[in-house]
Amino acid sequence: MDVERRKVLKAGGGMTLLTMLAAAGWLEPQAALAADAWNAAAFDTRSMDETMKALGGGAPAQSKDITFFQTPDIAENGAVVPVGITSAIPKTESIAILIEKNPNMLAAVFDIPPGTDPSLSTRVKMGQSSNVYALVKADGKYYVASKEIKVTLGGCGG
Amino acid sequence: MADPMRIRATAVGDSTEVKVLMNHEMETGQRKDAQGKTIPAWFIQSVTATYNGKTVLSAQWGPAVSKNPFLSFKFKGGTKGEKVQITWTDNRGDKRTDEATIS
Repeated sequence: MDVERRKVLKAGGGMTLLTMLAAAGWLEPQAALAADAWNAAAFDTRSMDETMKALGGGAPAQSKDITFFQTPDIAENGAVVPVGITSAIPKTESIAILIEKNPNMLAAVFDIPPGTDPSLSTRVKMGQSSNVYALVKADGKYYVASKEIKVTLGGCGG
Repeated sequence: MADPMRIRATAVGDSTEVKVLMNHEMETGQRKDAQGKTIPAWFIQSVTATYNGKTVLSAQWGPAVSKNPFLSFKFKGGTKGEKVQITWTDNRGDKRTDEATIS
């Protein structure tokens, strides 16, 4: 009986501590929410198959409607590799950038709401020469295109 | 608070072209310092761009996006004088919002 009582006390105490932390602003509900929205599982993957699984899709189809622009064949500095992707597939919902030989394959996922051009550019880091995949989700289906980028100086040095 | 972003929004025909340069370390968590200790990961996880209260682009990033990230995209609509807002949140829960006037 005593043991039960202790458990209850413990549980109660824990609750109070949490509530106090929240009240004191230690636990920011917004920050917690943002972390939830971030797909940690997908960003922790090491292969195309794993990434696809984490994103909730099947094997992507090769597509010629996805094109790279402003993307070099040879990147002198792996820490800053410009990548531009355009999707000509109708109803493009999202564009993801995957780098095959990086420690974690997925670099970025962009959600494209209707009215926004399915074309964007950014800069990524590459540890070594590798294939870069542009993964496009359109109308619930996945499509992919790839491009090999040679890196003369890695972006993960240190 | 992190340093401000540099945002340029330009009206091109019936669309608006947005270019953003954020100030962020984007530490991967793979590098080691001089003492051989791993430098903890610190990077932007999510980015949202809004125009007229409507989201025009949202993104989730991993640490493979370059330091001081650059992003450029285009959306339909937007006239001179209106505002575009960009918000990012990093893995430490730090947040920054900046806005630019479409020119």
